[in-house]
Amino acid sequence: MAKKVLLEKAHIKGIRAYDVYKAQGGYASVEKALKMDPAAIVEEVKKSGLRGRGGAGFPTGMKWSFLAKPEGVPRYLVCNADESEPGTFKDRYLMEFLPHLLIEGLIVSSFALGSNSTYIYIRGEYAWIVNILEQAIEEAKQHGYLGKNILNTGFDCEIYVQRGAGAYICGEETALIESLEGKRGNPRIKPPFPAIKGLWDCPTVVNNVETIAAVVPIINMGGEEYAKIGVGRSTGTKLLSACGNINKPGVYEIDMTISVEEFIFSDEYCGGIPNGKRLKACIPGGSSVPILPANLLLKTAKGETRYMNYESLSDGGFATGSMMGSGGFIVLDEDQCIVRHTMSLARFYRHESCGQCSPCREGTGWMEKILTKIENGKGQSSDIDLLWDIQRKIEGNTICPLGDAAAWPVAAAIRHFRDEFEWHVNNPSLCLTENYGLAHYADELSIVS
Amino acid sequence: MLKFSDNKLKEVKKIIDRYPQGKQKSALIPLLHMAQSEFGGWLSPESMDYIASLLTIDPIEVYEVATFYSMYNLQPVGKHVFEVCQTGPCMLNGSDNIINYIKTKLNIGVGETTEDGLFTLKTVECLGACGYAPMMQLGDHYREHLTKEKVDAIIEECRGKE
Ligand SMILES: Cc1cc2nc3c(=O)[nH]c(=O)nc-3n(C[C@H](O)[C@H](O)[C@H](O)COP(=O)(O)O)c2cc1C
Ligand code: SF4
Ligand code: FES
Repeated sequence: MAKKVLLEKAHIKGIRAYDVYKAQGGYASVEKALKMDPAAIVEEVKKSGLRGRGGAGFPTGMKWSFLAKPEGVPRYLVCNADESEPGTFKDRYLMEFLPHLLIEGLIVSSFALGSNSTYIYIRGEYAWIVNILEQAIEEAKQHGYLGKNILNTGFDCEIYVQRGAGAYICGEETALIESLEGKRGNPRIKPPFPAIKGLWDCPTVVNNVETIAAVVPIINMGGEEYAKIGVGRSTGTKLLSACGNINKPGVYEIDMTISVEEFIFSDEYCGGIPNGKRLKACIPGGSSVPILPANLLLKTAKGETRYMNYESLSDGGFATGSMMGSGGFIVLDEDQCIVRHTMSLARFYRHESCGQCSPCREGTGWMEKILTKIENGKGQSSDIDLLWDIQRKIEGNTICPLGDAAAWPVAAAIRHFRDEFEWHVNNPSLCLTENYGLAHYADELSIVS
Repeated sequence: MLKFSDNKLKEVKKIIDRYPQGKQKSALIPLLHMAQSEFGGWLSPESMDYIASLLTIDPIEVYEVATFYSMYNLQPVGKHVFEVCQTGPCMLNGSDNIINYIKTKLNIGVGETTEDGLFTLKTVECLGACGYAPMMQLGDHYREHLTKEKVDAIIEECRGKE
C-alpha cells in the first residue's frame, strides 16, 4: 500500500467539516508554522524537494525564495484552482473532500510569504466548490486561524475565493493574474515574472492547489522526512486523475515509485481496461503532453520499466518519452482512433487560444481544420506533412506555453502513429466506418498483458 | 432600468471589499456572474452597462471581458442550458452519442433553443469531470456518468419544475 499524505483522511465521514478535520489532527501545521521564522518555513519546503503540481514541476521552495520583498509593498499568494487541462480533475477532488487541507496549507504558505490577502482563483464551472471553500474559510475564521492577529502572532490573513468564467488560458499564471484584475485572460510577456511584478503590480506567488496542500505534511513531518517519500527528484506523493478507457477512473495518490504498468493494471489503481480490450496508447500527464503508444508507455526506449514519476515519464525526451504534467492520465483502448482524438484536442486548443500571437491563433485553427479533413476521409498525404510543419512553427514562437501545449499532442500523434494518419488518407471511405485499431504495432504489443 | 435588489447590492459591496482600494475592477467577473443569474440567464447590453456603472469603469471594459469568457451568454438562452462536454476524455466514453441523443430528443442543434424556450444545448470543452464521463453542466451543478436514460430523467426533472 502506497504512502498517502494528502488523501489519507479523505474517506473519513464528515471530514469536510471543521470539527472532524480538527479532531483528526487538522491545523497542527498552522500551530507549528506560526511559531517559526517565515524564512525557516521556506527552508523546509526547499528541503522537501516539492515540485509544483500544476504542470511545470518547478521547485516550490526555490520559487518562494525568488519573491521580491520591497519595503511597504504588499505581497500576494494566489492559489491556482483553474484546473482546465483535459484529463485533470485532482484539484477538484481535493477541494471537494478536504477543503480544510487547502485552507490550512494556504494559511501556512501565506505566513511564509507574507501575504495578508490570499486569493483562490477557481474555474467558474466549479460553482458548488466555491460554497464548500467559503464555508471552510468561515469555520477557520471562527476558530481564530484566519482574520486579525492569528494565534496572537500579529499576523493578519484573509482568504478570498474568486470564480473564473470559462477560459483554460486563465490557468496560465499571468493570464490568471490579468483575470483576477478583472480583465481578459491574456498572458503577459515575461519577464517581469510575477515574483517581481504580479497581481496589481505587486510581488506574487502563484501555486497549484495540490502544491499548497502538500505544504501541510511538509511542515508536520519536516522537509527531510517528506523528501524520503518517492524517488530521486520526484519526492513526496502525487495526485493522479485517471480517465478514459479504464475500469476504475478516479483520483489516486501515488508515491512515485510504482510502475506505469502497475498503475494501469492493478486493482488498487485503474483496474485495467474494460471489456477485455487491449491498451493502445496513453497521455500520461494531461492533454498537453505527448501521447505514447503502449510499448513506449510501459517500457522506455532502452527497454527499462517506466515508472510514474517526473524523470521516468520524460525518459527519452519527446522522441520516445512524455511528461508527468498535471497528472491527468488518459488511457485509450484498441478501439480508439488517434486521428479523431487528436482532432478533438486540436479543437480544444483552438477554442482556448487567447488570440494574442498569430502562430497560436492561426495555427491552432489550421491544425483543427486539417485534422477534421483527414478524420472525415478528405485528407491527402501532403496534409500530414503540412500538419507537422504547422505544429513546428507554433512551438517556441508564442508569448505563453499554450502554443507549445497545442503543438505537442499533434507532433506526438504523427511521430508515433503516422501510419494511422496515412491509413486514413489512403482509405477515405473505409476510415469512416472502420477502425485502424492496433494494426501497426501488434507484434510489439505482446509485452502488454 | 435594471437594478440589483438591496440584498444583492450588499453582496456587491462585500465583493468589492475583497480588493485593495481603487482595484474594484477585480469584482467585474464575479458581478457579471451575478448579473447573468439575476437578469434572465444572459448578459444584455443593459446589464453590462449597469455593471460598468456599479464599478465606475467604462462600458467597453465590461464588453471586452464579457466576450472573452465562455460562461457568459451574450444571447438569450433557454431556461435550462445543457452544456455537454465534448473534449477527448469524454469522447472516449461516448459523449458524441449523448450529444446526438439530446439533439434528436429535443429536436434542436448545438447552440439552439427549443421553441418553448425551455432548453438550450451547448457543447463545451473539458469541465474537469473526465473520470465521470460523459457529463454535462446544468446550472451550478454537474450531471455525470450520463446515459440515455439519465438524459430522459433530467429532461423530465426540468419539465417538472415548470
Ligand atoms: C495554458 C496553461 C494552462 C495552465 N493551467 C493550469 C491550471 O489549470 N492549474 C495550475 O495549477 N497550473 C496551470 N498552469 C501552470 C501555471 O502557469 C503555473 O505554472 C502554476 O500554477 C504554478 O504552480 P505550481 O508551481 O504550484 O505548479 C497552466 C499553464 C499554461 C501554460
Ligand atoms: S500562445 Fe496562444 S494562448 Fe498563449 S498568449 Fe499566445 S495566443 Fe494567447
Ligand atoms: S473531457 Fe469532459 S470533463 Fe474533461
